[in-house]
Amino acid sequence: MTSARVIRFLLGLAAPVLALVAAFAITSLVLVAAGDPAGDVWSTILSWPEERNLANIIKNATVLYLSGLAVAFGFRMNLFNIGVDGQYRVAAFTAAVVAGEAWLPGYLNTAFAIVCAMAVGAMWAGIAGVLRATRGVSEVISTIMLNAIATGLVAYLLRKVAVREAGSNDIGTKEIPEGSRIPNISIGDGPTSEIYGFIVIAALAGFLFWFVLNKTRFGFDLRATGQSTTAAVASGISVKKMTVIAMLISGGVAGLVGLPILFGDSYAYGSTFQSGLGFAGIAIALLGRNNPIGIAVGALLFAFLDEQSNPLQILVGVSPDIVAITQGVIVLTVVVSYELVRRYGIRLEQREVARALADHPAEHPADDREVSA
Amino acid sequence: MSSPAPSLETPPSGDAPPAVRLRGIGKRFPGVIANDDVNIDVSRGTIHAIVGENGAGKSTLMKILYGVQPPDSGTIEINGAQVALHSPADAIKAGVGMVFQHFMLADNLTVLENTVLGAERLHGIGGGARAQIRRISEQYGLDIDPDRLVEDLGVGARQRVEILKVLYRGAQIVILDEPTAVLVPHEVDELFGNLRELKAEGLCVIFISHKLDEVLSVADEITVIRRGTTVATVDPQGVSARDLAELMVGSELPSPSTETSTVTDHVLLSVQHLGLPVPTGRALLDDITFDIHRGEVLGIAGVEGNGQAELVEAIMGMRPGTTGTISLDGRDITHESTRERREGGVGYIPEDRHRHGLLLDSPLWENRVLGHQGRPPSSRHGLIDKRAARADTERIIAEYDVRTPGPDVLARALSGGNQQKLIVGREMSSEPVLLIAAHPTRGVDVGAQAAIWTHIKNARREGLAVLLISADLDELIGLSDRIEVILRGRMVGTFDPASVTPQQLGSAMTGAGPEA
Repeated sequence: MTSARVIRFLLGLAAPVLALVAAFAITSLVLVAAGDPAGDVWSTILSWPEERNLANIIKNATVLYLSGLAVAFGFRMNLFNIGVDGQYRVAAFTAAVVAGEAWLPGYLNTAFAIVCAMAVGAMWAGIAGVLRATRGVSEVISTIMLNAIATGLVAYLLRKVAVREAGSNDIGTKEIPEGSRIPNISIGDGPTSEIYGFIVIAALAGFLFWFVLNKTRFGFDLRATGQSTTAAVASGISVKKMTVIAMLISGGVAGLVGLPILFGDSYAYGSTFQSGLGFAGIAIALLGRNNPIGIAVGALLFAFLDEQSNPLQILVGVSPDIVAITQGVIVLTVVVSYELVRRYGIRLEQREVARALADHPAEHPADDREVSA
Repeated sequence: MSSPAPSLETPPSGDAPPAVRLRGIGKRFPGVIANDDVNIDVSRGTIHAIVGENGAGKSTLMKILYGVQPPDSGTIEINGAQVALHSPADAIKAGVGMVFQHFMLADNLTVLENTVLGAERLHGIGGGARAQIRRISEQYGLDIDPDRLVEDLGVGARQRVEILKVLYRGAQIVILDEPTAVLVPHEVDELFGNLRELKAEGLCVIFISHKLDEVLSVADEITVIRRGTTVATVDPQGVSARDLAELMVGSELPSPSTETSTVTDHVLLSVQHLGLPVPTGRALLDDITFDIHRGEVLGIAGVEGNGQAELVEAIMGMRPGTTGTISLDGRDITHESTRERREGGVGYIPEDRHRHGLLLDSPLWENRVLGHQGRPPSSRHGLIDKRAARADTERIIAEYDVRTPGPDVLARALSGGNQQKLIVGREMSSEPVLLIAAHPTRGVDVGAQAAIWTHIKNARREGLAVLLISADLDELIGLSDRIEVILRGRMVGTFDPASVTPQQLGSAMTGAGPEA
């Protein structure tokens, strides 16, 4: 069995590698077709980042990781939570307001704001869950709608609570008091080499994700429902209940997405707060195969591509948007290559079963071929 | 082994080449040899039956002849010319048509519309097609009105529409895959009349079945397939059903047959006035009442689609909107969830193991956990106990003879029979008091079938109540202590399997009235 395990591990690795190679090849074709120097572009992107860039990559990856986890949780139950984008913005706004008001002192304030953010994210996703469970509304549609509503709702509420930042047209929530901010962790010299302290919470979330899904009965029910609703029902799982709970958890994790930025960087939710993180999460969850380690690798890769593409315009005169093409193509190639590898794996396993059974011919009656001979 | 003299030579039919000649056909799937060195000759103007147990390779062979799957080896000749069939379209062009066991008709369209669908170029979609359908219907005595809606037709008539569709496309060779499985006895007789008409018109019919009496009554020649290969071609005049059966299964002939009764008067499952109303039509289940006692097997007979699936799902708590009461060992479980019922001692072998019984892409040990998540050895304190679940899976693999290299193999990689043995083992593992077995031997090989029968008999001996639903009347008669017939959602008759004949059951199943 050990060799079979090695093969399975290698197969698991083969899929993303295949996808990445294909995505890089397609991006190169685009570059060549547009008359851009593909070689220079890749040598810029694939150079080892400086300490400052490395810190940025890890910071971005922390945020993307949480987004990927949120999406992956839904994916494991075959729920397409497209609404992480809206959920994290509603949640981050809530956390910013709560933490800005500072009803509680110090880190109690932080903890309370985080809980509020998760609760609001969960509620926002829960709307889609309840609609799906009770009315059969596709969560894809409802979460997309909820994204649009979230944008409007946050913009509207922001105006109500906002304070105008001095010397700027931007508006934002009250700044979080210093005692409630989450300190950054230094990986080198100076303030440009710091990463979010929130990374600890992100890692914890990743561990819990793995533990809940793979070790608990609840996680088993969730995965079983994702694999086969019919088998889940027959085994006694209430699919409706699981749908709502899975959406609540997915939304709760989504509620964490904006918080590293809020508590480690911006300290307020303003009209310029980063958006679009939820959509990147979909791609990262796919790339990472809904597995917490895989998602971490995917998040790092996406953050790496984003960061390394910044100097493209200056150095080789190519728009950094080229990596958006790469990232988009990765999503497509990942889906294709996983399916290819999955089929190959099944064939391999069936052959292994056949071989193992052929080793025990004594179990078959020996009278097989007499008549046909 | 005693067997009638097998003759693989071409039957005497003058110098005309046979309509179909298969030579050395082989087909392997991963883990299974579906066909191996199959040789068959079918002459024009004959009905040629191909018999074999479930899983013997009949269906694969016919899919090869109909171009659905390419053979790995061997040759196909049609009317003396070698052909390569890459798709059903090729087969139709070569004059081969197939009627599948499950009808492929759109209920809300007319016969005409169903017939021309995909063959619009032959005679158009209007008057020309209608005239052609009338002509075919008359020529072969099919008695089909092109303008009737398919949903208004009975099962027998739908099957004739399928045959008509094939003839409309110009087939000279008609393959029928288990055509009698969905029919009741008098419909079978009608079908055979139609087949004789086709034969009289010079067509050739290939008839797949595992029902030996039918085969003996209609076929001109019979080819027996066992474990993927042709073991003999015989003349029905010279063989008995028993001879054929021995050819089909080899020397041993498993039969269900129960031993002495173990029925007690302790009621384990009591179903009272169970109903499943439908707001806009006939109820799917209507006032169903029965008891099953300790050590009793209750068989439910019925033509498929008469409420068997709904009955099982109602007892399992998977159907909302049921009326009436269900109690298990004296405890009212009417309002319990599926999980509570399972944990209360209901074992469930579902009708469709791929949809309801297994997580195909999960390892066997996770499939052992499925449906038993809440109890040891599957889980403890809300956590899945992988070590214990694996160990128990190993036990099931050994005790129930599941052929697999180990408990970490994905369920998908196993053959149907081994998947089913795993399910039976799993459901027997947590000391159930009631076992619901829906078509437990459907689509499994002979060996697994015999093993599953043994397990059901053991369950009965150990004092379980067993609810057995099956389309195989012999299985029902052989295993049950009592048989109830279900028709249009109602119980319409109780029979003693010791004295009932398949014909009596058949007429009750169609509503011809239970004969004493």
